[in-house]
Amino acid sequence: MGRIAKYSRRAFLVGSVAVAGGAAFGVWEYKRQLPNPLRPGPGEATLNPYVLITGDGVTIIAPRAEMGQGTQTTLAALVAEELDVDWQQVRVLHGPPAAAYFNGGLLKGHATYTDGETTAMGAFLQAAAEVPAKLLSMQVTGDSTAMVDGFEKMRHAGAAARETLKLAAAQRLNVAPETLRTENASVIAPDGTELSYGELAEAAALIPPPDATALRPASQWKFLGREMARKDVPAKSTGTAAFGADVRLEGMKFATVRINPRLGAGMISHDASAALAMPGVDAVLDLGDGIAVVARNTWLAIQAAEAVEIEWEEAPYPSDTAGIMDTIRAAFDDKANAVMDEVGDVAAALGRGDLVEAEYQVPFLAHTTMEPMNATAHFTGDRLEIWCGSQAPLLVRDKTAEVAGLKKNQVEVHVPFLGGGFGRRSEPDAAVLAARVAVQMPGVPVKVTWSREEDMRHDYYRPAAMARMRGAVSGGRALALEARVAAPSVTRQFSQRLAGFLPPGPDKAHLEAMAEQPYAIPNSRIAGHLAELAVPVGFWRSVASSFNGFFHESFIDEMAHAAGRDPLEFRLDLVREAHEPSALLLEKVAEMSRWSAAPAAGTGRGVALSWSFGTPVAEVIEVQDSDDGIRITQAWIACDVGTALDPGIIRAQMQSGLIYGLSAAVFGEITFDQGEVEQFNFPDYDALRMNSAPRMEVAILENNIHLGGVGEPATPPAAAALANALFDLTGTRARTLPLGKIFDFAV
Amino acid sequence: MSFEITVNGVRHSVDLPEDVPLLWVLRDELGLTGSKYGCGVGACGACTVHLGGEAVRSCQVALGDVEGEVTTIEGLGTPENLALIQRAWIEQQVPQCGYCQSGQIMQAAALLATNPAPSDGEIDDAMMGNLCRCGTYQRIRSAIHRAAQLMSEEG
Repeated sequence: MGRIAKYSRRAFLVGSVAVAGGAAFGVWEYKRQLPNPLRPGPGEATLNPYVLITGDGVTIIAPRAEMGQGTQTTLAALVAEELDVDWQQVRVLHGPPAAAYFNGGLLKGHATYTDGETTAMGAFLQAAAEVPAKLLSMQVTGDSTAMVDGFEKMRHAGAAARETLKLAAAQRLNVAPETLRTENASVIAPDGTELSYGELAEAAALIPPPDATALRPASQWKFLGREMARKDVPAKSTGTAAFGADVRLEGMKFATVRINPRLGAGMISHDASAALAMPGVDAVLDLGDGIAVVARNTWLAIQAAEAVEIEWEEAPYPSDTAGIMDTIRAAFDDKANAVMDEVGDVAAALGRGDLVEAEYQVPFLAHTTMEPMNATAHFTGDRLEIWCGSQAPLLVRDKTAEVAGLKKNQVEVHVPFLGGGFGRRSEPDAAVLAARVAVQMPGVPVKVTWSREEDMRHDYYRPAAMARMRGAVSGGRALALEARVAAPSVTRQFSQRLAGFLPPGPDKAHLEAMAEQPYAIPNSRIAGHLAELAVPVGFWRSVASSFNGFFHESFIDEMAHAAGRDPLEFRLDLVREAHEPSALLLEKVAEMSRWSAAPAAGTGRGVALSWSFGTPVAEVIEVQDSDDGIRITQAWIACDVGTALDPGIIRAQMQSGLIYGLSAAVFGEITFDQGEVEQFNFPDYDALRMNSAPRMEVAILENNIHLGGVGEPATPPAAAALANALFDLTGTRARTLPLGKIFDFAV
Repeated sequence: MSFEITVNGVRHSVDLPEDVPLLWVLRDELGLTGSKYGCGVGACGACTVHLGGEAVRSCQVALGDVEGEVTTIEGLGTPENLALIQRAWIEQQVPQCGYCQSGQIMQAAALLATNPAPSDGEIDDAMMGNLCRCGTYQRIRSAIHRAAQLMSEEG
């Protein structure tokens, strides 16, 4: 993992943060310079948080965490595109936690199909960001925003660096800068003289960068729009990529934690005598809401943790799933928190056409990143060092400083590779626990690794949710759509928990992928109801869109069938009137799946379309009967990301988002009994595997006028496309998940 | 109690209780962190190594039961000296988060050692114990076919 300070001691930084800062802040247009987090050694100078020239190449500092989504490769390609360097020479490092790397895309929000408006998440975060201090802790990898934020910012960083290097060369050669060109990490003069970036970096660092530099048009791009070799792939193919779980420090101890499985409650008493008698066990620490065991290795720690006898406090929420769902259902009786898409007269329209009514319900879900939660901490009294694969390293810094009784600037956070994130690693809890352990062991570095069971049973879950839908169809078209969604609010709980305040105004994020969908329905009303519930909930790949996509697209299918129409044709009529690029996606998946041809016997097909994170995605899924049960055989995905910066990475993200959504749709269910989560490990909470995952084809279209996200938008339509295919195959309409409880899958 | 084990051609003496799983000997005692902990119950395959040439879940092999040479991802090939299967993995740009890939590669390498040209169905059967939460399955399948091709071309 990269230590920026180490690199900067033998490197020089060039460029302009002023240009980047203006672009970064988007709608906020902050002009002041943010502090450069890279610390220069003797005789060094730093100007730009993104570009670092070394003797043997160029290091690009990626402000976002790499958790498999390929973001660091594309962020580097954006800089390299303007910098004129050979891709082989480019190295990528994760930037240290710093205000300079905050995510402007979160504030800007995603594009809606109607354009010009910020999305619900953007609106929420703008409200949250009214306190500037809060704003600056948003070095967040999430919300599918890295490219929305970085598309201009990173290119400006590369262009400013290039132009500054040219100014340095112009001084050295005593020629006009306009006569110079750049190529392959060198500045080249008209007479053929070549000066390498390495030779020029020190002088360039002393030159004020130009105020603004025009960015190259897409027609001149050499890296963007192409499939770049991912920078993290060689290490990840040889076992040499360093994840948080792989951190090793001199004198480091191995530890694990066992926290109250009644989430959020404390510990009444514990007896560690049996654990302390086990071989290799150094200590059992009282954490108040649980214990930590420090041992010679992780396995010994896990064994000993299970041997501690503990009496737990009761959960602060209903003790079983039925009680929890009652709480969520009761939210329908409260006044709506947010109402969106109020168009026409729904009540009247519902009485005019054929009425369609349905209630849907989905369960809590765990993230189950392949790498269980972990963090390493080293506390030395006046300083705390943390290693943690985090989507929000500034939150890690701030929250670990609090538990260690230190100032923020006494905490240093390193971000290695993330063995999966999916939103789980936007929570700082693993680092906070490691810090609490380390504070009790001053001077000793300690790696705290959770068991899979601890990870699965102490998540910030995708909330369970319910929807009550009513619609009317007439003459083969949708006349009205009324949707009411009840669930705990992820954004409100996260904000309350980590920032200590509730954002003002309605929580429109709760309705993403339900409201503002590209369907022209003449009468509509979408209402969000928030359940007050203390079960920990968090950001799970695509957040509320994960359940709303299922509700909306299952119900559209129900309306299509009620109208006696083909479900794809029914959608196409409505979508074409709202947003042509989305209609083209439906046509594309129809073409790819040969939708108009009759399906083979024993085959069912379903379609779904969702707009989330600025990107519309259409999916068709095919299922087949077999002797072993139902197989999910094929999936066709068409997305429109506006500008496809790296088709290979986008294709991988579309497949990944689909598989993640299908895995949850088939298997995913977190349930509670006696206040505790009943699932412990993968045998209780499985996912699609090589033999059960469908073959996938992806089409990437570029008709949308906005750049959209790619990490999440393929997840929302997945469950609905599958449920719709199962209806086509069996005639059974699934209104609850997981589908594995209703259908017999071959897995 | 002290145990002698050979990992990637190097002999080690390990003084630990006999029931400590091989995975944790590799990771915490020997510092070979390429093999990953994912579940501890043999349900995800992230810890897959070769024991006497066969793919095993190292979280399910007790130190006292280790008989034969252990090969981990670090012993298969290095960034400077890639095994053919690793070349295929890089060519097909398989990994996303990458955490499961050491186990996937070790499982696939064991498959190819006994079946130099596996069909899709044979790949599915061999690989279904290896979970990938990023959903890289399609590229894993391509990479196995590509590795089979490289091996037949280059031996």
